Amino acid sequence: MMQYILPEASSSAASIDFLIDLILALGGFWLIVAEGALFYFIFKYRRKEGVKALYITGEKHEEKRWIHIPHNLILLCDVVIIAFAVKVWYDVKQFQPPADETVRVIGQQWSWRFVHPGLDKVLGTADDVETVDEFRLKIGTTYHFQLESVDVLHSFSIPAFRLKQDAVPGRVITGWFKPTRLGEYDFQCAEICGIGHGIMRSQVFVETPEAHDKWLKAHQPHPQVASVSK
Amino acid sequence: MTASHPAEHGHDVVHHKQSFWEKYVFSTDHKMIGMQYLFTGMFMAVIGGFFSYVFRMQLAFPEQSVPLFGLVTPAIYSSLSTNHGTIMIFWVAMPILIAAFGNYLIPLMVGCDDMVFPKLNRLSYQVFLLSSIVLIISLLLPNGGFGGAWTSYPPLSSSAQYNLTPYAATLWLLAVALEFVAFLIGGINFLTTAMNARAPGMKMFDIPLMIWMIILATIMFMGSVGPLIAGAVMLLMDQTIGTAFFDPVRGGDPILWQHLFWFFGHPEVYVVLLPAMGIVAEVITVFSRKKMFGYKTVLYTSIATGIISFFVWAHHQFVAGIDPRMANVFTVTTVIISIPIAEMIFVYIATLYGGSIRFTTAMLFALGFLAAFLIGGVTGIFLGSSGSDIYFHDTYFVVAHFHYTFFPISIIAVFAGLYYWFPKMFGRFMNETLGKIHFWGTIIPFNLIFIPLFYAGAAGAHRRIYSYEHFPELAIPSVQNMQIIATRALILLLLFQFVFVFNFFWSIFKGKKADANPWKANTLEWQAPSPPPHGNFAELPTVYRGPYEYSVPGRELDFWPQNEKP
Repeated sequence: MMQYILPEASSSAASIDFLIDLILALGGFWLIVAEGALFYFIFKYRRKEGVKALYITGEKHEEKRWIHIPHNLILLCDVVIIAFAVKVWYDVKQFQPPADETVRVIGQQWSWRFVHPGLDKVLGTADDVETVDEFRLKIGTTYHFQLESVDVLHSFSIPAFRLKQDAVPGRVITGWFKPTRLGEYDFQCAEICGIGHGIMRSQVFVETPEAHDKWLKAHQPHPQVASVSK
Repeated sequence: MTASHPAEHGHDVVHHKQSFWEKYVFSTDHKMIGMQYLFTGMFMAVIGGFFSYVFRMQLAFPEQSVPLFGLVTPAIYSSLSTNHGTIMIFWVAMPILIAAFGNYLIPLMVGCDDMVFPKLNRLSYQVFLLSSIVLIISLLLPNGGFGGAWTSYPPLSSSAQYNLTPYAATLWLLAVALEFVAFLIGGINFLTTAMNARAPGMKMFDIPLMIWMIILATIMFMGSVGPLIAGAVMLLMDQTIGTAFFDPVRGGDPILWQHLFWFFGHPEVYVVLLPAMGIVAEVITVFSRKKMFGYKTVLYTSIATGIISFFVWAHHQFVAGIDPRMANVFTVTTVIISIPIAEMIFVYIATLYGGSIRFTTAMLFALGFLAAFLIGGVTGIFLGSSGSDIYFHDTYFVVAHFHYTFFPISIIAVFAGLYYWFPKMFGRFMNETLGKIHFWGTIIPFNLIFIPLFYAGAAGAHRRIYSYEHFPELAIPSVQNMQIIATRALILLLLFQFVFVFNFFWSIFKGKKADANPWKANTLEWQAPSPPPHGNFAELPTVYRGPYEYSVPGRELDFWPQNEKP
């Protein structure tokens, strides 16, 4: 369902969307069953002249069945949901595939800074390219991100990637993603960070390797400029 | 039973003529204190409702002057949404569901003359009133109210340099802490009264579910609020005297606050849910003339919910920077809590089976609660499952989900309770025709507000944003139209509340007179006169049976009051 609302632009998006569909199917089933029973009873057992209500304690075994059977079925559904939820979580958040490149993402009131490794693909060297509110990525590349904040909590959220991770001052949080679809996407701050929270947006550009390298070359920091900005 | 009749509140007091101040302001009568909580809660609900109108207008029609308010700047927007949440949970849901209904109903439903500690009860309300005043003052300060969200995460909340509201942030926190103190004092009273002052013959399983639910909610509240009060004091000290509990630069940890907050914050959901379930239990049994289907099942599932709810808090923090392995544990507990809750709802639905359902306004609201809360429950699974929460966390999907729980709890169930107990409180009926207009005018717009917001959240709309025009993926008509529909529905919903306000106050003075037991109910409060005098019962009742003996075979009447001699 989700893919019709928002493109799936990362390698994790499809599995998260599948989990959402699974919960929608199982939860939707129980919602329909429960609402159906509720409205059927409301309609069927409305007051009629001369008809007295039944006296049912709900304590007898054959009566409790009506609660126990749904109870066990829901337990089963819960186990299925938990299994898939943990699987997706493990793949997205716990397991980290080896990185092709590592980028730094730094949140501050109220903008994002991105440190892209330069052509040498190594972070922390002189050819690093630093941008503000502009995140340039190469399609099909596995990125590790090092998420930092310099002031308050922020959250690194790219809806099209189905990616979200809070940035916490004083910590460097590492995660990963792999863009799989060309295009430009919103990059939000998803954790309230003060009065500028509503303007704290960046643009993600997922580019072909050629376009990305071209951009990198065009933005090579001038050695003097680089030393000043340090 | 000496415990039920403390010396300071013996029967001689009942006949003593009370002055205006004694009766309405410094009252120790549990009913008057309940009313004080009720009216204060309703007053705060007007403020909270008005705030939602203002910020929803800004969301639907950005940068336009809002009628009755004016332009909404980002600072004002944050302050309004922060205080809307704070007010609705701490100054509406809590005081009305627990304090108003609890104070009013516990002595009446367990069959005693007043709370065990009436003066402590009065103190509880006074502290609560003080907390309300402190909160309102924080809103009127020159820099505006606190705008760091009702969760008040540091460092934003702890440092004026970041939140730009140095005094409002502190007053806001102080108000919340005072409010907790008020409910702790009240809670002691609730537990003691319900356990020690029950009418002779009322055994544990003869206690009406409403009272059980308040007892369980009180225990959960008292068990969970300690860490948050400690956290609030630490945050106050960070704000005012320069400690660094949550300041990472000086060795503190902002995530610690999140644990302290949600350790309270999640049980809190069930603290308000359980009394709402209690109200609905009383209403659906009376108006379907049915015994509760599995009284003990309801009780045990509530206890199970209460216990599990202490182990789910970190599902609010899946992506907050906690160790990712921890998320798995909290996914399991969170998804599992759906079982007792689902079971409880099934029991309520099963209670309707074979009933003789009367569609009074109270019953409509109670049924509306069940229908709406189911949606709130099911949508919670998306958020409790760590994998899908990565996407839904902090989107409007969350907003829509918790409004589908909190709105049924603190508005729909409260209305069910008010329409149901109104004849007892004031000795008159509310108008049923106006009541039904109010019901449909509440339930339909409510769904029209929040179903569109599920869609907005699924499309990626994140929370606490004053205008989406800076986000190209969200500033598209299909998402923006949802915000407009929701705002229009909200205005409709708020307008229909005037019907209730009129009906409520008109009926207090002019409504049709009600006798002691107008709904033909079993529980003890209906055996006292309407409205009950100071001291409640002419003769304290003795209990012979459980609270839900409706339509018992072989009896001519379809109800059997708890205190009727066999």
